[in-house]
Amino acid sequence: MNASVALILVQDGVTNGAIYALLSLALVLVFAVTRVIFIPQGEFVAYGALSMAAVSAGFLPPTMWLVVTLGIAVALVESVAALREGAAARLPMIILKNAALPILALVAVRYLPLKTLAYPLQIAVALLFVVPLGPQIYRLAFQPVAEATVLLLLIVSVAVHFVLLGLGLYFFGAEGGRTPAFSDGGFNLGSSYIQFQTLWIVGIAAVLIAGLALFFEHSIYGKALRATAINRTGARLMGISADLAGKLCFTLAALVGAFSGILIAPITTVYYDTGFLIGLKGFVGAIVGGLASYPLAAAGAILVGLLESYSSFYASAYKEVIVFTLIIPVLLWRSLTTHHVDDEEH
Amino acid sequence: MITPNRALLAFMLAVAMVPLFAAQFTVTLVNYIGLSALVALGLVLLTGIGGLTSFGQAAFVGLGAYTTAYLTTRHGMSPWGTLIVGMAVTTAVSLALGFITLRLSGHFLPLGTIAWGISLYFLFGNMEALGGHGGIDSIPPVDLFGLELGSSRAFFYVIWVTLLAAIVTTRNMLDSREGRAMRSLRSMTMTEAMGINTLRYRMVLFMLAAQFACVSGWLYAHLQRFVNPTPFSLGHGIEYLFMAVLGGAAAVWGAVFGAGAVTFLKEWLQDLLPKLLGASGNFEMVVFGLLTIAVLHRARDGMWPILMRAFGNLAPQRAQTGSVEPALPLPRRDPQPHGREVLQVVKVTKRFGGLVANNNMNLTVRAGEVMALIGPNGAGKSTLFNCISGVNPPSEGEIRFMGQRIDAMGSREIARLGMSRSFQHVRLNAEMTVLENAALGAHLRGRKNFVQSAWRLDREEERRLLWEAAHQLERCGLGEHLFDAAGSLPLGKQRIVEIARALCSDPTLLLLDEPAAGLRHLEKRALAELLAKLRGEGMAILLVEHDMDFVMGLADRVVVMEFGEHLAEGLPQEIQTNPKVLEAYLGGVDA
Amino acid sequence: MKPTLLETRDLCVAYGRVEAIHKVSIRIRQGEIVTVIGPNGAGKTTLLSALMGLLPARGEISYQGQPTSRSTAVDALVGRGLVLVPEKRELFGSMSVADNLLLGAFARHRRGARDHAKTMDEVFAIFPRLAERRTQEAGTLSGGERQMLAMGRALMAKPTLLMLDEPSLGLAPLIVREIFRIVQQLKAMGVSILLVEQNARAALQVADYGYVLENGSVALENDARSLLDDPRVIESYLGLGGSHSIAA
Repeated sequence: MNASVALILVQDGVTNGAIYALLSLALVLVFAVTRVIFIPQGEFVAYGALSMAAVSAGFLPPTMWLVVTLGIAVALVESVAALREGAAARLPMIILKNAALPILALVAVRYLPLKTLAYPLQIAVALLFVVPLGPQIYRLAFQPVAEATVLLLLIVSVAVHFVLLGLGLYFFGAEGGRTPAFSDGGFNLGSSYIQFQTLWIVGIAAVLIAGLALFFEHSIYGKALRATAINRTGARLMGISADLAGKLCFTLAALVGAFSGILIAPITTVYYDTGFLIGLKGFVGAIVGGLASYPLAAAGAILVGLLESYSSFYASAYKEVIVFTLIIPVLLWRSLTTHHVDDEEH
Repeated sequence: MITPNRALLAFMLAVAMVPLFAAQFTVTLVNYIGLSALVALGLVLLTGIGGLTSFGQAAFVGLGAYTTAYLTTRHGMSPWGTLIVGMAVTTAVSLALGFITLRLSGHFLPLGTIAWGISLYFLFGNMEALGGHGGIDSIPPVDLFGLELGSSRAFFYVIWVTLLAAIVTTRNMLDSREGRAMRSLRSMTMTEAMGINTLRYRMVLFMLAAQFACVSGWLYAHLQRFVNPTPFSLGHGIEYLFMAVLGGAAAVWGAVFGAGAVTFLKEWLQDLLPKLLGASGNFEMVVFGLLTIAVLHRARDGMWPILMRAFGNLAPQRAQTGSVEPALPLPRRDPQPHGREVLQVVKVTKRFGGLVANNNMNLTVRAGEVMALIGPNGAGKSTLFNCISGVNPPSEGEIRFMGQRIDAMGSREIARLGMSRSFQHVRLNAEMTVLENAALGAHLRGRKNFVQSAWRLDREEERRLLWEAAHQLERCGLGEHLFDAAGSLPLGKQRIVEIARALCSDPTLLLLDEPAAGLRHLEKRALAELLAKLRGEGMAILLVEHDMDFVMGLADRVVVMEFGEHLAEGLPQEIQTNPKVLEAYLGGVDA
Repeated sequence: MKPTLLETRDLCVAYGRVEAIHKVSIRIRQGEIVTVIGPNGAGKTTLLSALMGLLPARGEISYQGQPTSRSTAVDALVGRGLVLVPEKRELFGSMSVADNLLLGAFARHRRGARDHAKTMDEVFAIFPRLAERRTQEAGTLSGGERQMLAMGRALMAKPTLLMLDEPSLGLAPLIVREIFRIVQQLKAMGVSILLVEQNARAALQVADYGYVLENGSVALENDARSLLDDPRVIESYLGLGGSHSIAA
């Protein structure tokens, strides 16, 4: 291998690693706050990429029907709950927020000239009909069992993954989608060529990670999420409800997932089922961080990216085997350094 | 009258009829149900019993299938030989994986299995020797006493007899000394305090689940006579887990029901949905996902318990009775002479971070005495208990039990030396009967292992263990509750079950954490009488208790703790009139 | 007579089949300190958990004249000024003292309040020690400081009724004295307080009215002054063999 090949592999590895890092941060967040191991994260990547592909081709993202349907379902569930509490006065607000808003958005976007819209606006439209799925799914699938064991939440999580995967095939078909680059071309650095899109990906990922860090360090809502992860009861007594925290972190996870999809859509063809493997590689990063440490998770994710690009060069058939086997030594190391196993009694 | 046994017999007869009368399609379907049920049965052990889970069982199925496919086609081995090799390989792989993941907290195992499920799938598909994605064909049929089982109708009986044998041996194993230990794994602190090595049992369960999957893979390979990587993907691993969870992971028949329901439903939906929706797509996946979520929202334990309840409404409730056969008493430890110091706590300090929970504590307990440890809330009494019993060892100081240093030992080793305890927050297995819970305490007094119990070679010992448990429960006044589920008893009586469980280990020293809490007046008196009797037999008893009438009437000596320190010690009357103690309890602040 | 702030009538709480609280009726008026004392295991913490909506209960609870139904969420009650300082403090260990305090104002923040800096200064005026430690992680504080932080965090919510669960638990006498001085100071500032204590003498000295809880029921109630001299209180704690033994 010469230096230019090595550089290309590093470039590939860091680009993918940046995406995995974003996803692993979202996974750690969701697990720390809600104890949900968020397997459907990958579907948000695929939905984001494919919705963006639809918008840039001038179509409305097909996921909008799902957003509207789930919105109505949430409105129904919330209304029943409100009526049981004898709080009928809350009904108009519930219906407006959950059901009417998505429908209004849908109507408004219908009249937009999607194809000729500026790129950032296209992104906004794509996100508008993917990100709300996060809190909607939390409300419908996870909130009713929020107090259940990690195992039960994990199985619900896998079930949600199946639902979204099946719907993904229906919405987007079996053909993949690809979007135009944020900006075309690239430049030579020494002997290797660097695409601008690569810079966009690494740059935006860095900005998003910094943004998340700012949110957690400086906003009261970010602090509330951290507090919930540290001490559930304490957070509850301060009026930080578990439902609110859950919805908030599912929104963030959906946003991070969908945005990651939009970032990679110009450099790789995304299929409805591409997301799963991408999400799982984010998991490998998260496991390196013990599902608890953000910096370790991000570092682990970059390592996964590099390992992947190098193994695709040396032993491409065994690429996935090598990447997923990485967690064995990690788990072994954790196993030998941990002397305490949680006493899980429910 | 419909009884569970008759219903089961009818079900097995119906299954046996399938190959004789049903169409080929149905035979194939029921074959697959049998194969899946075997894997799901392993998950019942792992998930329902052990509280662990795996998404990677399909990979173990693949291990069994590929081992036999490779060895029979490339090396001409007999299928029976490859079965043994496959199980040996599975044992090695599962023990290695178990060693890595089973010490970590619960959720690392499923994540690890996802990764290893994917890795193995790609490995199968990419290895030249295993035929790559094309797979291996021309696998020879199984040959039984010269009879070649080539057709799927003939093979049907091999599959279902194997499944039935697996179910019977699993049930035998769970209904034994080893089974009780396995069923208690979720409450690790308590189980370890009974002298049980929980890591070992988690490993055994993980290994058994892998074996069931491996055998299912071996059967699959010789049914299909052809293997490729597809049926061993992560997706199928997840499907097995769904079968177990939807069916009801806590019951062996839940696995069979889950496997049947999922397989039929999938077949039916794959057929029905495209017609209904007029479009192609993986709709059965969507419906499955939604069904799973709906079931788990309404019935976290799966469908089988619901079915049983519906069934129970039809048939009269099985009476909560049974009998315990008399047996030879178990051998006992040598009694200690009255007055011998069995426990010495010397200058024990326990820190949690910067917080000093116990500071320089001293305490002795003698054979044939009741020593009470009292003090206001937060004084550090339970912390000291945990130091003594090895649940949470001290930071400094020395603890001696029967002349041996125990401050660096785990609770399991200490239990072996003859110390047994109850817990402040009751830790019983709510679903097991009172008798079984108590028998768990006698674990160390038995020797038979899970293989022997699976084949019922442990019955003599089992009778002796249960007889001992029944005897101790009888002494504690719970004779009429032997066959009640422990969780159905009032909290106060559950505490007494904990005492009976501790007594089953034939302890030299008994540690009781708030034994009288939640008891009625008469029950308290009975408990005091029992403890006085045990004291008379030479047992040493150390108890933490808040009910002062109870303590002062029973204890020989009292130690008072405050702020983690030794505040006072003496006879009950001395303590009651000690001004320092009065102040510690009522506060002495003059604002 | 001052208006009633919180009232329970025949409140029962059960864990499974076992009743931990049986037909408890108490009343707290505006501006008062009411104390619930009793030995360990009498059901004091359970009572507070039920009032806060953390445990399902039978019987009536009304706060500010409105019944708090079983479905009223904890965050809604916090928003209405009912704030609990739990026995275990429940601090956010790896966050700074200042962040812990800020999160105390979360419920008010959601309702539009933005005066957190000013409120925090008021809390620092009451607990100067916290101001010194504002950037330190809560997990590194001493026992007394933790209690102060827990109370300070609750005060950030500007409570109408502050419920304190065993604020003296595990604290040395000097610090206990300081905590009870602050409790009195809060009363002077107009905060109503429900004080649950095992340290009966200290609690009765600052309280206006007291209830003695035994085995889940109210065994005695009276003006705090009268309870202070009542020999039956001592009996219920140390079991000196009187007619009011706990085993009865």
